Amino acid sequence: MDRSVEILELLSSNCRLAVEEIAAMLAVPVDEVKRTIAELEAGKVILGYRAMVNWEKVGKERVLAFIEIKVQPQREVGFQAVAERIYRYPQVKTLYLMSGAFDLAALVEGRSMQDVANFVATKLAPIEGVMSTTTHFVMQTYKEEGVVLDEYEKDRRLVVSP
Amino acid sequence: MTWEAYLNPVVRDMPPSGIRRFFDLAAEMEGVISLGVGEPDFVTPWHIREAGIYALEKGYTMYTANSGLPQLRQEVANYMAGQFGVKYRPEGEILITVGVSEALDLALRAIVAPGDEVLVPEPCYVSYMPCVRLAGGTPVPLPTTMEKGFRLTPEQVERAVTSRTKALLLCYPNNPTGAIMPREELLAVCEVVRAHDLIVIADEIYGQLTYEGEHTCIAALPEMRDRAIVLQGFSKAFAMTGWRIGYACGHGDFIGAMTKIHQYTMLCAPIGAQMAAVEALRNGLPEMRNMVRQYNYRRRLVVDAFKTMGLPCFRPGGAFYAFPRVDVTGLSAEEFAELLLREEKVAVVPGNAFGASGEGFVRCSYAASVENLIEALKRMTNFVRRRRRARRQQEAGVVENV
Repeated sequence: MDRSVEILELLSSNCRLAVEEIAAMLAVPVDEVKRTIAELEAGKVILGYRAMVNWEKVGKERVLAFIEIKVQPQREVGFQAVAERIYRYPQVKTLYLMSGAFDLAALVEGRSMQDVANFVATKLAPIEGVMSTTTHFVMQTYKEEGVVLDEYEKDRRLVVSP
Repeated sequence: MTWEAYLNPVVRDMPPSGIRRFFDLAAEMEGVISLGVGEPDFVTPWHIREAGIYALEKGYTMYTANSGLPQLRQEVANYMAGQFGVKYRPEGEILITVGVSEALDLALRAIVAPGDEVLVPEPCYVSYMPCVRLAGGTPVPLPTTMEKGFRLTPEQVERAVTSRTKALLLCYPNNPTGAIMPREELLAVCEVVRAHDLIVIADEIYGQLTYEGEHTCIAALPEMRDRAIVLQGFSKAFAMTGWRIGYACGHGDFIGAMTKIHQYTMLCAPIGAQMAAVEALRNGLPEMRNMVRQYNYRRRLVVDAFKTMGLPCFRPGGAFYAFPRVDVTGLSAEEFAELLLREEKVAVVPGNAFGASGEGFVRCSYAASVENLIEALKRMTNFVRRRRRARRQQEAGVVENV
């Protein structure tokens, strides 16, 4: 496997691994790991390092909505121009161009349902090129980015075994 | 009133596993990071678990044929041919067992007559010596050393053979050392085996977990297929320890004899677990390879850390164990393990649990998450540093007293 892909896989599973640890795990010099990571950062392959948080546990008021958006594509720029207008709002956490019955899928975060509804009504829907929106509120998050929330699978193995 | 007199003397005089005491000690402590576990930290991949659930849903709750489900034996035959280049007939040359533990017991009971000697390289898995004794044989330990990479040499076998020697019991990749036998060295050992007309029981449960080069199945070597009983299973590579499915492959005479014992003592392996094992072989290889890759990362991390903390450590080529030497701290294997547990809450297994030649070493399993490994290694580093300082002060003190 490509060395930088290996480094990326290790970091994406735990970005707090030290370069020395990564170097040991891949059996390569520390300097090479440092250089590769620097290159990946400079090339915007690595976009950031963040903690995965279960916000519910800290009682943060937070509502997520999954919004289907139908868009009138525009000559020369297609969906791009409308997408840009949408994703510039900080409320929009994620935005995908989709195949199928609608064009864009946005994951929007707000403090309350009212907050999200206001955003859709006053900001999102009026954008030129947006033909319609369908808002689905998230009731519960079970799994995010490959991590199951609220499930801490305890090590159930015997402490010592042959 | 004691009933000891009623016990079979072989059982009565058998020492309990050396691991037991540590288990009791560690089990009552909170916050222990265990590197003492001889099984994967991964849970069985979901698609395999789901196949087990589906088998239950469909009402597969009955016995299977003594030798195991035909489709599982067929998958095993394909797997052994595809992975290791050895062809076995699903009918008569493959037996599905309740883990490799049962397969080992069957193989020994099938071939060992009272007084027969079985050569066993040491350090070794805790059950080998007792199983040979239970079968009525005499285990003959062949101590291996760190200097020789814990490999068995043909000279050792040559020296140990007597007129009573019947078999050589091999386990490579090895538990507890992580040693592997490269093909050439295995060939040399096999020459001695053939010269003395011995058979080989090869516990290759860790075969898939080989990180340096490819695993050589002993039966793939010239003129060894019919002379070797190969034991394999799902526990380690597919993270299926609790399902208890293993298998034995070999000449029909051996497998037939083993099947006879199996049918009288076990009847068959559990059907749901066998059906899950079919799924593992059909669709589980990519995920298995991914787990092997993760173990390899951890292996390097652990060996590197031992080097840094100044514990001499042989570079293991397989399994998921590292076997560092700890006598440099001035402690015996048991003292090291016990103090490490009490002072730093890290559990390892003292090497002498795996035979006298394991004294001075501890077995550290790296079947643990990277986060836990890093924390455990930090704690061990502190412990080793403290012990060495204490040892130096002690030595200086002794000199002053003189």
